[in-house]
Amino acid sequence: MKIKHIFEIAKAMLLARSKQTLVAAIGVAFSVAFFVSLLGFMEGLNTLLDGLVLNRTPHIRLYNDIRPSDNQPIALDTTYKNYHHYIHSIKPANARKEIYNVETIFKRLEKDSRVYGVAPKLSAQVFYNLGNIELNGVVNGIEVAQEAKLFQFEDHVIGGNAFDLENRSNSIILGQGVADKMLAKKGDLIQVTTINGEQFTLKVVGFFQSGLVELDKVQSYVSLATCQKLLGETSTYMSDIQIKLYDIDKAPELAKEYATLFNIDAEDIQTANAQFETGSSARTIISFAVGIVLLIVAGFGIYNILNMMIYEKMDTIAILKAIGFSGADVKIIFIAISLSIGLSGALLGALLGLLFSVMIDNIPFNSAAVPTVDTYPVDYGIQYYAIAVIFAIATTYFAGWFPSRKASAVDPVEIIRGK
Amino acid sequence: MEKKIVLEAKSINKSFYDPVKIDVLKDLSFTINRGEFIAVTGKSGCGKSTLLYILSTMDSDYTGELWIDNELMAGKTEAERARVRNEKIGFVFQFHYLLNEFSVLKNVMLPGLKANKLTEQELEHHAYELLKKLGIEHLTNKMAYQVSGGEKQRIAIARAMINDPLILMCDEPTGNLDSKNTDIVFDIFNELVHTFNKTLLVVTHNQNFADNTQRNIVMEDGRIIS
Ligand SMILES: Nc1ncnc2c1ncn2[C@@H]1O[C@H](COP(=O)(O)OP(=O)(O)O)[C@@H](O)[C@H]1O
Ligand SMILES: [Mg+2]
Repeated sequence: MKIKHIFEIAKAMLLARSKQTLVAAIGVAFSVAFFVSLLGFMEGLNTLLDGLVLNRTPHIRLYNDIRPSDNQPIALDTTYKNYHHYIHSIKPANARKEIYNVETIFKRLEKDSRVYGVAPKLSAQVFYNLGNIELNGVVNGIEVAQEAKLFQFEDHVIGGNAFDLENRSNSIILGQGVADKMLAKKGDLIQVTTINGEQFTLKVVGFFQSGLVELDKVQSYVSLATCQKLLGETSTYMSDIQIKLYDIDKAPELAKEYATLFNIDAEDIQTANAQFETGSSARTIISFAVGIVLLIVAGFGIYNILNMMIYEKMDTIAILKAIGFSGADVKIIFIAISLSIGLSGALLGALLGLLFSVMIDNIPFNSAAVPTVDTYPVDYGIQYYAIAVIFAIATTYFAGWFPSRKASAVDPVEIIRGK
Repeated sequence: MEKKIVLEAKSINKSFYDPVKIDVLKDLSFTINRGEFIAVTGKSGCGKSTLLYILSTMDSDYTGELWIDNELMAGKTEAERARVRNEKIGFVFQFHYLLNEFSVLKNVMLPGLKANKLTEQELEHHAYELLKKLGIEHLTNKMAYQVSGGEKQRIAIARAMINDPLILMCDEPTGNLDSKNTDIVFDIFNELVHTFNKTLLVVTHNQNFADNTQRNIVMEDGRIIS
């Protein structure tokens, strides 16, 4: 028996029941389509939402934590070397957040092949002066080119050019929330007061929208030099070094390496943002579960239709056996029927899923939180199509398995005698 | 010409348990030689169909020995018996039992497709020749449900002949046909035996039919009485 002829017989039996076949195939198609579009949409949202935070977060952050010295003076005294030291009310002696040897660190990092980019950062606590009201805030000093390379800085700047920060002295890109409160327009001059009590006048060259409203009510951006000026520090002063790696998974390992190498504090993104991973994977798991349930339901549909078909086609099965088809041949025919429904449904479903995804991708989605996006995000990952199609075929195979066993066990004598 | 045994039954017994034991076939023994045209007659319910299902290997639930082409059927697997049925036995039922999903030609070709010995073209040609021999080549491309009862039975005979079987078994093949079609079928059988030297075992109620065969097996109450 050639496979071709098995499929020919399967096809003839399918066409004799074309309506039910169509319904079954459409059932599979819709499950696959929903599975693919649901997961694509969910993953698109995940990427977008995680991106809001994770894209703005360095993989590794180097900084000097303010904390008491690990080696208190008494430890140096050999007299008490073998004693336990009880020390109360320890205070940090070094209040400086400055990172030493910035240049050496930069040179070393730029040579490291695992590092995608390095961006310095400096933060200054300020008050935004608004008449006689003072708003709490943070001004970040950045190197625009690096910030753009690492964190898509310019994507979040609206109503201005990010590079104006460096091209014009004493310029500021205000957080959107801050700007709204201050009623600031582009070109306005605003006043900020540093914690040292000094006042500065800065020119607004644009606005920044991070996607996190709370953040935008506080944060603004200036050039590194301007920030150093606000803090009254020299041009080598830097409080944070932000590192992005080629492989985010290497962050914890490299953070440890840099901490010892540079004798500095290093925090990796996994430690800093553990909760985001959890949220994303929960959403993904839920989508997978829904999709797989849909496919299983479609499988039951096929199971039903095949069972019905076997009762309707008892005579056909009996004749096939009478003319020399074995139980195994009959079984293969019914599995072929099931797989044909599954395969055609799955392929149709994949196309339909792509169509749904494109539709979702074109639904307008304007959120103040995400300025770079104007339609719903969709992930077109081929893996969802592959999983859906493979799972659909597996489901239909099993849905066909039990009915086909029943068909193979049909006793032709019983059917023929019954006439 | 040397007599060649095609089929041999040795003390075949068959009982149903429904729920009490009923012996339907009792110690049947006979041989069928190549080229014989045998009619099996007997009252309704005497066990003719039951015997034919056993001889055609569809029913394996019996005691005794069945030899087909010098092979013992007992102990063969279901798939092996299916192969014997496919290659060595042609079966024609009272009800015509064509597959309505297929064309007349495909119906005739099906046992050949299972046997997979000829290419599809060869098989198609062979099937067409058979239909032509039976005078129904004009039906070749019709669907099975589009032809009349007498025509269906001739198609079923063509299907039974497609693998050139050792023996053709028929269970009341004319039981459902008018006298004109009965005559046509009988003529075909005669031609198969005399011109093509086929072996035929035909269960029939038609005494006229039976009288014109070479050998009669008469059954009564599960036994062969002559
Ligand atoms: N499945 C069955 N269960 C019980 N008795 C059966 C069954 N099939 C046939 N019989 C009985 O076996 C006997 C022979 O039946 P059958 O071979 O069909 O007779 P025939 O074909 O000669 O008319 C009948 O008495 C019938 O009632
Ligand atoms: Mg009968």
